[in-house]
Amino acid sequence: MAKKSAKREGAVMVLGGGVAGVQAALDLTELGFYVYLVEKSAAIGGAMAQLDKTFPTNDCSL
Amino acid sequence: MEAGRSPNIEILSNADLLGLEGKPGDFTAKLRLRPRYIDADKCTACGLCTKYCPKHLTDSYNEGLDITRPIHIDYPQAVPATYFIDPSACMHIQHGTCKICVPVCRSRAIDFSQKPTEREISVGAVIVAPGFGRVPDEALEKYSYGKHPDVVTSLEFERLLNPSGPFQGEVRCLSDKRHPRKIAFIQCVGSRDLGCDNGYCSSVCCMYAIKEAMVAKEHDPDCEITIYYMDLRTQGKDFDAARTRAEEQFGIRFVRSRVAEVVDWGENGLKLTYSTLDGGHHFEQFDMVVLSVGLDAPADAKKIADMTGIELNSFDFASTSTFAPLETTVKGITVAGAFQGPKDIPESVTQSSAAAALASGLIKAQRNKGIVVKDYPEEVDIADEEPRIGVFVCHCGINIGGVVDVPGVDQSVEGMEGVVYHTDSLYSCSQDAQEVLKEKIREYKLNRVVIAACSPRTHEPLFQETLRDAGLNRCLIEMVNIRDQCSWVHANEPDAATEKSKDLVRMGVAKARLLKPLPEQTVPVTKSALVIGGGIAGMTAALSLAEQGFSSVIVERNAKLGGHLLDTRYTITGGNTADLLKDVTARVKKNKLVTVLTGSELVNTSGFVGNFTSVVKSGSGKKAREQTIDHGVVIVATGARPHAPEKVLGRKLPASKKIITQLELEQRLAGRAKNRAPGSVVMIQCAGSRGDDLNYCSKSCCIDAVKNALKIKEINPDSQVVILYRDLRTYGFAEEYYRKARELGVIFVPYSLADPPRLGATSRKVEVTYDDPILGEEVTIAPDLVVLSVGMVPEGTEELSQMLKIPVNADKFFLEAHVKLRPVEMPVSGVYLCGLAHSPKPLDEIIVQAQAAAAKAAMPLVKGEVAVEPIVSHVNEDACIGCSLCASLCPYQAIEMIKVDKKRKARTIVASCKACGICASHCPTFAISMGGFTNDQIQAQIDAFGAVDDAGAKE
Repeated sequence: MAKKSAKREGAVMVLGGGVAGVQAALDLTELGFYVYLVEKSAAIGGAMAQLDKTFPTNDCSL
Repeated sequence: MEAGRSPNIEILSNADLLGLEGKPGDFTAKLRLRPRYIDADKCTACGLCTKYCPKHLTDSYNEGLDITRPIHIDYPQAVPATYFIDPSACMHIQHGTCKICVPVCRSRAIDFSQKPTEREISVGAVIVAPGFGRVPDEALEKYSYGKHPDVVTSLEFERLLNPSGPFQGEVRCLSDKRHPRKIAFIQCVGSRDLGCDNGYCSSVCCMYAIKEAMVAKEHDPDCEITIYYMDLRTQGKDFDAARTRAEEQFGIRFVRSRVAEVVDWGENGLKLTYSTLDGGHHFEQFDMVVLSVGLDAPADAKKIADMTGIELNSFDFASTSTFAPLETTVKGITVAGAFQGPKDIPESVTQSSAAAALASGLIKAQRNKGIVVKDYPEEVDIADEEPRIGVFVCHCGINIGGVVDVPGVDQSVEGMEGVVYHTDSLYSCSQDAQEVLKEKIREYKLNRVVIAACSPRTHEPLFQETLRDAGLNRCLIEMVNIRDQCSWVHANEPDAATEKSKDLVRMGVAKARLLKPLPEQTVPVTKSALVIGGGIAGMTAALSLAEQGFSSVIVERNAKLGGHLLDTRYTITGGNTADLLKDVTARVKKNKLVTVLTGSELVNTSGFVGNFTSVVKSGSGKKAREQTIDHGVVIVATGARPHAPEKVLGRKLPASKKIITQLELEQRLAGRAKNRAPGSVVMIQCAGSRGDDLNYCSKSCCIDAVKNALKIKEINPDSQVVILYRDLRTYGFAEEYYRKARELGVIFVPYSLADPPRLGATSRKVEVTYDDPILGEEVTIAPDLVVLSVGMVPEGTEELSQMLKIPVNADKFFLEAHVKLRPVEMPVSGVYLCGLAHSPKPLDEIIVQAQAAAAKAAMPLVKGEVAVEPIVSHVNEDACIGCSLCASLCPYQAIEMIKVDKKRKARTIVASCKACGICASHCPTFAISMGGFTNDQIQAQIDAFGAVDDAGAKE
């Protein structure tokens, strides 16, 4: 059974919860929109969450 | 992490897209939500279930190098922080047995009755960002991947380097756990490889291989590392500098070659066979081989295309065009990240912001209609309370805990004055740790919090928000950095690191006793932008702002809009840049929200985010006039121009009409002259770049050279075209054109800066002499034309840097706030950056960057106000003698001199203040104090440093 949620105006769907998807989602909220962040695996983060340090600042990727 | 805390982001994980219907502004998406078999509201992420689960499962988060259990969480900081059960491996779901986790879970969160559910959501716009996929295994097999355990992929190697990886960050051979003495990296595995249909370059592997090699060297300086490559494509901003460092400082060996195979060599480990350009075959022994695997299209690319209707390119990435790089073939659906084409993190992040700008423009009428405004509980007034301090010491996995005795540090605060609660935690930054923090604040009525963990730069905002959620002012936190300052720098002296941690924590507690709440302030915003530069970047940014509903003023120095694009003619994909320019210029001129001031220059800018005032001078001589413009944000898009090198390849450039630049060739080829395509031409790449005259790579010259070579061949197929290069950097899909050029007979010959080609010219002819490594001898030819790829230099960035107080890098390009995560923002709030003034790059990347800058610039305009950081300087007017020393020293122009009762006094402009403290440290009468860093607080810290045995310390 498809559950129909209340129609929400001003929403954007972001498909993919990697660094690109998460950044797009964060920016959209700053621009005044509600975001559905759809990720096929169990947690967001994508490939970047697997990286240790990123060049050149050696920041923790998380 | 931040995404998990926003009330306006609903994370639908474990979800599949089933279908998408509708039109721009009104889409309906159908989703299937797969069960986690764990109730997210109940799970505390304690990890007990994973401990008891009897079944083994290879850990895909650790690239299969480790084992986990079917019931698990990928990593402790995961969002959402809820465990899940992998149904394909769970014995209960597969065979109806086991169920041991159910009684183990203390919060009764495990629920095997969960079923997949379907859900429809209505959205105005869609952004697809599914990332990248894995290259097929066949591409790895010839290197014995899968046959020999010590052949690993670069992602596996990344996990080996990681402290949370299988060997806690030690690099060990998987075969016998020994430390490898010799490691080889093989580049272009699954990239630039027609064998697996990946004809493109993955753009990121060269840089990540260098990074991994340098990190591995840091772990084990005695390890010998060789990188086997075809072209080193480190074209990103400041990337070449890293490559040089890898070679000169770290002693990493680079060998230009093609690797034929890697085979098992018994006790010797692995035998790597490679061939070099001169036709020689060589082999070498290695302990470990790392395959620098490329980025493939995402595995579900075709499914996404079916569901959404978007078209894919021949490599199954999203199909887009140079002039509209993020727009898919379906209106209202944009793409961002690696699915648009393989790319690095900064480009992905930039595309995400740009995609957000496009969506924001599309559905601007719906703005603010669907969002939830986050409410914080009212702040508890703690003015009259005695300090009640909570201390939280973080293990950061083994990042801190592996060196520092964290429980010991935790115990050391027992009994300190004001400390009513203390504990340690595995990851203080994880979502569940935030819940614990909130709970403890309430339970123990804490009114000051000390977090001993990492740098405040990374996670202080997170903890501050948690404090606000718990009803505390966010300035009542003190972070003690026992990671960078203890476990990292004293990794080899654990006892001393522990003692230092205790000292620092004691000092932090001493300061925390004196912390005071600081007020939250906001300032209103002028809702318009000033765009400096009217090239394609500036115009694109202004149009994007207009689409989102905001006005802007473009200030262009020249009489005509267009900038560098006025001089170009066509793109490598066949686009006509004149058409683009005509279209964009017309749209700019027609748009009522965009004001254009050509022949104008910025004279002066003052103010701060939300409230800038600029003076612009238009015209010259007697007709010159000045006008004042109020604006809330600034977009810097001042561009660059072709470099005019005096020295090329280490020598003075001979004067000859037969020596021209790539841009001049392009103009000539786009003309109508019959003999516009020369009969023979030698192109010289990096003429004046990469250590020759300029230090950096200009990123687009190789693509331009191939573009013009193809154009010559198109007009005159018999023309002889030779391209002398150092590393041919046709990254991404441009690689296809490189291959095409070779097929058409364009000759590519590499050279090194140590032995560069020599140019000679007389009045009638030019000569080029170079070493041909394939022939193994010196060649001299006298072509009709010599074409130099000269690179790009920024224009006037130094003056603007002074005026706006924004930094430039060593090459005089503007320096962004954070190269990875804030690529279009400047360190000064309210100032954004795009285009060639950031760094040289091709047209499609400029357009994306301009859209991204417009997204970031629109944020304060959307809000209508900016929040000021509570930590600012404060002038005590009674003590101020009005000497104005502080005002003259402030690097952000954040102090103004005012008259109070006819006496001069200094006052902080709070919105501009960056809390650097220069004013406070120079004030001769100590009239200035920094919120959160008062003299009392710092003195208390210093006193506590030597006060181990005094009151306030142990017992």
